Amino acid sequence: MRTIPLLREREKQIFDKAGNGTFEMACDRHSLAGSVSQRACVFCGSRVVLYPIADALHLVHGPIGCAAYTWDIRGALSSGPQLHRMSFSTDLGEREVIFGGEPRLYKALCELIATYRPKAAFVYSTCIVGIIGDDVAAVCRRVAREQGIPVLPVHSEGFKGTKKDGYKAACDALFSLVGTGDITDIAAVSINILGEFNIGGEAWMIRQYYERMGVQVVSVLTGDGRVDDVRRAHGATLNVVQCSGAMTFLAEQMKERYGIPYIRASYFGIEDTAQALYDVAAHFPDDPGIRERTETLVRDEVAAVMPELRHIRGDLEGKRAAVYVGGAFKVFSLIKALRLIGMRVVLAGSQTGNADDYAHMRALCDPDTVILDDANPLELSRFVIEKQADLFIGGVKERPIAYKLGLGFCDHNHERKTPLAGFEGMLHFAKEVHLTVTSPVWALLRRTP
Amino acid sequence: MNPTPPIEEAYTLAALAPVPSASATQNACKLCAPLGASLVFKGIAGGVPLLHGSQGCSTYIRRYLISHFKEPMDIACSNFAEQTAVFGGGANLQLALENVCRQYDPALIGVATTCLSETIGDDVPMFIKTFLAATPGEPHPPIVHVSTPSYQGSHMEGFHRAVRATLGALAKGRAGAAPEQVNLLPGLLSPADLRHLKEMAAAFGLQAMVLPDYSDTLDGGQWESYQRIPAGGTPVAAIAAAGNAAATIELGHTLAAAGDTAATDLHTRCGVPALRLGLPVGIRHTDVLLQALADISGRPVPAAFQAQRGRLLDTLVDGHKHVNTVRAAVFGEEDLVAGLAAFMAEIGIHPVVCASGGASRHLAQVLHQLVPARQHAGMKILEGADFATIEEAVAAAQPDLIVGHSKGYAMARRLGIPLVRVGFPIHDRMGGPRLRHIGYEGATILFDRMANALIETRQAASPVGYTYM
Ligand code: SF4
Ligand code: SF4
Repeated sequence: MRTIPLLREREKQIFDKAGNGTFEMACDRHSLAGSVSQRACVFCGSRVVLYPIADALHLVHGPIGCAAYTWDIRGALSSGPQLHRMSFSTDLGEREVIFGGEPRLYKALCELIATYRPKAAFVYSTCIVGIIGDDVAAVCRRVAREQGIPVLPVHSEGFKGTKKDGYKAACDALFSLVGTGDITDIAAVSINILGEFNIGGEAWMIRQYYERMGVQVVSVLTGDGRVDDVRRAHGATLNVVQCSGAMTFLAEQMKERYGIPYIRASYFGIEDTAQALYDVAAHFPDDPGIRERTETLVRDEVAAVMPELRHIRGDLEGKRAAVYVGGAFKVFSLIKALRLIGMRVVLAGSQTGNADDYAHMRALCDPDTVILDDANPLELSRFVIEKQADLFIGGVKERPIAYKLGLGFCDHNHERKTPLAGFEGMLHFAKEVHLTVTSPVWALLRRTP
Repeated sequence: MNPTPPIEEAYTLAALAPVPSASATQNACKLCAPLGASLVFKGIAGGVPLLHGSQGCSTYIRRYLISHFKEPMDIACSNFAEQTAVFGGGANLQLALENVCRQYDPALIGVATTCLSETIGDDVPMFIKTFLAATPGEPHPPIVHVSTPSYQGSHMEGFHRAVRATLGALAKGRAGAAPEQVNLLPGLLSPADLRHLKEMAAAFGLQAMVLPDYSDTLDGGQWESYQRIPAGGTPVAAIAAAGNAAATIELGHTLAAAGDTAATDLHTRCGVPALRLGLPVGIRHTDVLLQALADISGRPVPAAFQAQRGRLLDTLVDGHKHVNTVRAAVFGEEDLVAGLAAFMAEIGIHPVVCASGGASRHLAQVLHQLVPARQHAGMKILEGADFATIEEAVAAAQPDLIVGHSKGYAMARRLGIPLVRVGFPIHDRMGGPRLRHIGYEGATILFDRMANALIETRQAASPVGYTYM
């Protein structure tokens, strides 16, 4: 097989468990100039976190592209207002680039707030706003004063860091809302769900699990989100944080200011979901019966999905999967979930993991699994071919590569429409994997010798 | 299959019609300039687009193009960091060029700027010179630079600028006459359209230099192994020889109304006659294109096209009552809107709303020429429009049909009007790259699709449940 040269500077970001070499990845750095990275920008990180807040205005301050490319692209559902699915941009022109965009931003905010009556507004700064020097925060303060709603600047200039910095900027904006709502009716056994974006309705399922356990969910941040719920989030007793990076910043801030502890959770896969629920139950030892209610719930839910999962496993036993998604935590969960349905992970990687994440990933995987950080398509496909994967799990940008090379594909990002979280989500996931891996089209592609 | 709770009645899509605003763009009907430029460089054999700016733009653009083409979409980026924005992007661009050369071994690199590098005032031509000077003797692919700040124009400006910059950089002069060679500058067409266009030229015995030609690179088959750059595209050598061609045919009605384009530039610099025609959508403008090819080649229009024309006419006659006096709204890129409106006028459809996010300022004038007065009475023309403005106009006009790309779905659904999907992007149906618009065959297919959308609506609305329509 033809091997593909790797960029010299990238060698440290690839680790082959079968090879020699020390395990040390240079993952927290910026992507290399000239590479076709799968990474996005600071703005993208902020947008992911805040997007699901459905009764807020999301105004992207900059030229049109950044807003146009994020119009209604996510599967984050709302049970009420749908304002988050619109794309609002100040669409800066040459005039504003030269003379400044503040007047246009001010007018746009006033007009849009008058029209849509949002509960709050988020104003995202994009790259050139950081260059032309608009005082976005000042405009936001003025509009907030005049319109009587919170208007929050999100400092998300694309070039000022990585996607992680975007998460942080979004958390900063959220944190300024937390603590401004009434919390008198909140029970002692109560939590916030952080880092859950209600893709395909996932937050609804998870919320329901907690409610069946007798736990009050004060605020989901930010799935099916409402500004008023965010404002009350400081009334919860515990923060349950999903995913590796996205909302840990907020949990940290809330711990510091309000003394609310946080625990981590993953709702992907049966083991992780059950673990998350038990962990939360354990946090409320004074609640009589919470442990039992949780056990019953887990038992019932697992019993409901297992027969079909076993059936699916029969078809998938021994097939090989490559996993390359945004966050490292998701990779861990996927590895376990794939194992449950009989598959082996032959490649694992993420866009934003840190050294600890990769060490953990290595421990979870088989000895010959390839581990990649911030990979480009050349590398991804090289290893996918070498490892003879049957399935690729990645984002929307990896799908065509997988298909070109004749292997199955599943989405595991914010653009999908299927809920993959929780017990029921595991079944959806297994069905989707089954749907792609067992298709007869792959047999048509096998070349005649 | 989605879990409860369902969306409250009051908040279903229907209740959320946008309201136009003077200072904000809502649900844009345009994309940004580097996207158009990237498409052009994707249509050159061995071409790699390289965006000079920060990473988000290229990642978003790739994702967006993939949603339509469903093909791998490598677009490199010089990946600005915070210091880059302060000290300028020279070092990053040079490193990026070096890495792209090393990793892709490209036949051409197309450097398109983004808003960021334009705003900080990077001198990209100088950076490229420095890069070339730093490695004397090393064979480098041609590097084309195109300036594409999005605050100056939409993806179509980026597209046309990239075509012009590529010809400007490669086609240096007239080295001799190649009477069987023709330059075709098609604009943003589907890969299937591009294939048809090449068939047309070939049928006249002409060698066509189609720029860009992404008919294979963005609509190819399966791979045995990873392709750094997908096969296909216009060879660099053919572009370099464009100055020798018998003529340049540039398609697009609004483009033809613009002062200065790639075709006029090639004429000025190399003396290649420029034929600036409308998009060949419908009978008359396909006739014009074929006649132009006949004139250039000195050959009559081949029988195969006469046969296609015959079938088209026959189809139009068979179905004329389904479409005559029907009212339609059409939106998208200006030249596609103009071409579709011209075709609609030919078959009796009244294009009551014609809208585009582009702002070349030529659309209204062009439409008034293309659509006869009888049909354009009350025709609403929107330039530089967003979907809030478009939806307001469409809601007021209450047409029978909407013709445009996938971005119009929410509007069409709210208004309960069928949407016939054409153009780019198509991300809620299969087959966007295989959509046909041009030539007699394209017109036949478009006619069937529009007529069927109308028939289907009537059939579904009838309580009788007619089997014959
Ligand atoms: S900054 Fe400019 S080039 Fe980048 S996405 Fe936004 S509009 Fe497009
Ligand atoms: S301009 Fe900046 S903020 Fe916008 S997409 Fe590009 S990198 Fe991201």
